[in-house]
Amino acid sequence: MGLMGAMAAVIVVGAFMHSAPARAELTVEITEGVSDPIPIAIVPFGWSGVDGAPMDVADVVSSDLQRSGRFRPMARNDMVDLPTRASDVVPDDWRLLRNDFVVVGELQPQAQGQYVIRFALVNVLNGQKLLEYEQPAGGGTLRAAAHRVSDRIFEKLTGIPGAFSTRIAYVAVAGRAPALRYQLVVADADGMNPRVVAQSSEPIMSPAWSPDGQSLAYVSFENRVAAVFVQVLRTGERSRVSARAGINGAPAWSPDGRRLALTLSHKDGNLDVYVLTLGDQALTRVTDDDAIDTEPAWSPDGRSLYFTSDRSGAPQIYRAGLGTGERAQRITFEGTYNARPRVSPDGAQLAMVTLDSGAYRIAVMNLKNRATRVLTQGSLDESPSFAPNGAVLIYGTQDKGRGVLATVSVDGSVHQRIAAEQGDIREPIWSPWPAS
Amino acid sequence: MRNALLLTMLSATLLLVGCSKQNAVKEPPATTAEGAGATTPGLETSGTGEAKTVGDEAAREQANLSQRIIYFDFDNADIRPEFHDIVAAHARRLANNRSLKIRLEGHADERGSREYNIGLGERRAQSVRRALMLLGVGEGQITTVSYGEERPAVQGSDEVAWAKNRRVEIVYGN
Repeated sequence: MGLMGAMAAVIVVGAFMHSAPARAELTVEITEGVSDPIPIAIVPFGWSGVDGAPMDVADVVSSDLQRSGRFRPMARNDMVDLPTRASDVVPDDWRLLRNDFVVVGELQPQAQGQYVIRFALVNVLNGQKLLEYEQPAGGGTLRAAAHRVSDRIFEKLTGIPGAFSTRIAYVAVAGRAPALRYQLVVADADGMNPRVVAQSSEPIMSPAWSPDGQSLAYVSFENRVAAVFVQVLRTGERSRVSARAGINGAPAWSPDGRRLALTLSHKDGNLDVYVLTLGDQALTRVTDDDAIDTEPAWSPDGRSLYFTSDRSGAPQIYRAGLGTGERAQRITFEGTYNARPRVSPDGAQLAMVTLDSGAYRIAVMNLKNRATRVLTQGSLDESPSFAPNGAVLIYGTQDKGRGVLATVSVDGSVHQRIAAEQGDIREPIWSPWPAS
Repeated sequence: MRNALLLTMLSATLLLVGCSKQNAVKEPPATTAEGAGATTPGLETSGTGEAKTVGDEAAREQANLSQRIIYFDFDNADIRPEFHDIVAAHARRLANNRSLKIRLEGHADERGSREYNIGLGERRAQSVRRALMLLGVGEGQITTVSYGEERPAVQGSDEVAWAKNRRVEIVYGN
């Protein structure tokens, strides 16, 4: 992350947290894609303004689609013809160059620093225009608009909503043990525009994105004990929502954004899951036993919590119905270690960390039939998080002794790695869908 | 969990009775935790001999007190026998000086999920806390904190590093 000395400041409770750009961006590499990616040509977009175009829209779209692992964009150098309108596309020419689809378009300046991205998607095999759209953009949000173009093309051709306009947050760590420096960073899903939103010489962990995308909850040890904070991203304003005696950890937002599930130990020194209502600070206890109960995750209907418990002797995943008074049900029965559950947005799948032949890996369970599939191949994989389209997971892993992030599609076929220039990055979380 | 507690209690009881295992040199068993000045039944004494024993015992106590880190086995919060004397020495110091306070900082190695490892670190800190309280330390003298895997003492992903990170650190002061 190219940390400067200034970034080693210790957080003081209540101090305003300003957002600062990090020096270096993340690098993303595809390590494995589908065996038959869709060949597509994204022709450089036209520009109808004066001077140079403020953004190479086709390049952003091409990178997005390539990064998904499902597309093989044509090299720009191989393009002979550079149409900007669907009516100018000669399908036979593009078919000869072995493309299945062509994207053409134009970036048009409007009044008052606004733009419109006009684009069309053409099926080369039958010449049919599949999509034609005008995507508006403000001056500061051109890149976001280009990602929206990628989203629309991706969804048209795969049936899955694209997640290119989303963001990720993660913890970045630099320095050497025992003097480490911790940062909480928010970046675009493609790793661009990382911004430090909190930093400390004490650990930061367990970030969680609010359902409205506006806030992050996280654990900070800034007062030499763990406490849970909620920070509004736009303003940097923070509130400390739990600093009870003992452990305060593993915050998880309810789907309606009104409650936080938490791990606390203040009652008896034993870790248990609680639900805190943010409005009136009411606290409800969910588990009560001698075991370690932690890492709660909400079902999409807000009625159940999945969590890790070692009440059977080793960590396994359980589900508790809230307000039912019923005993928690055990969910995982295969293997000796299953922890850190996360539910897919449609509630159909459960991601987890599992011990697989001596290696800690990410697995996904189909909650209907309980079929479980290990998706990753590392030995210290952790912290899985679903993209809002449910098609991809981002998680933490190691590469040559460094903490890096990686993504994998839920069918295990597409793999990417995301690394910072320096230091470790870990605990990634995917944002919800952006507000239109 | 219960077995761990039982083992800790048994070990604590053994300490009170007085089994000194630390030294390679075979020594006759010392009596209670009173430290320097206690006489030992059955020990032949002459002037210099007794002073030497007391000196040795004090040195041993200091050596134990200077040890501030207790290490643990994987996925375990039991205090291993080799650390019993260290725990007892700190207990004596704290019990004899009620104004002294400590922070027990629990840690885990990097394997597995982070918040669960917070739990493991806390379990280890609580284990040491219980042992100290059984030996007479006041509840108000001890605070526990868990850092899970977040503050490793040693970087590395091998057994050596992991063993050095599974620990409780005794930190005096508040």
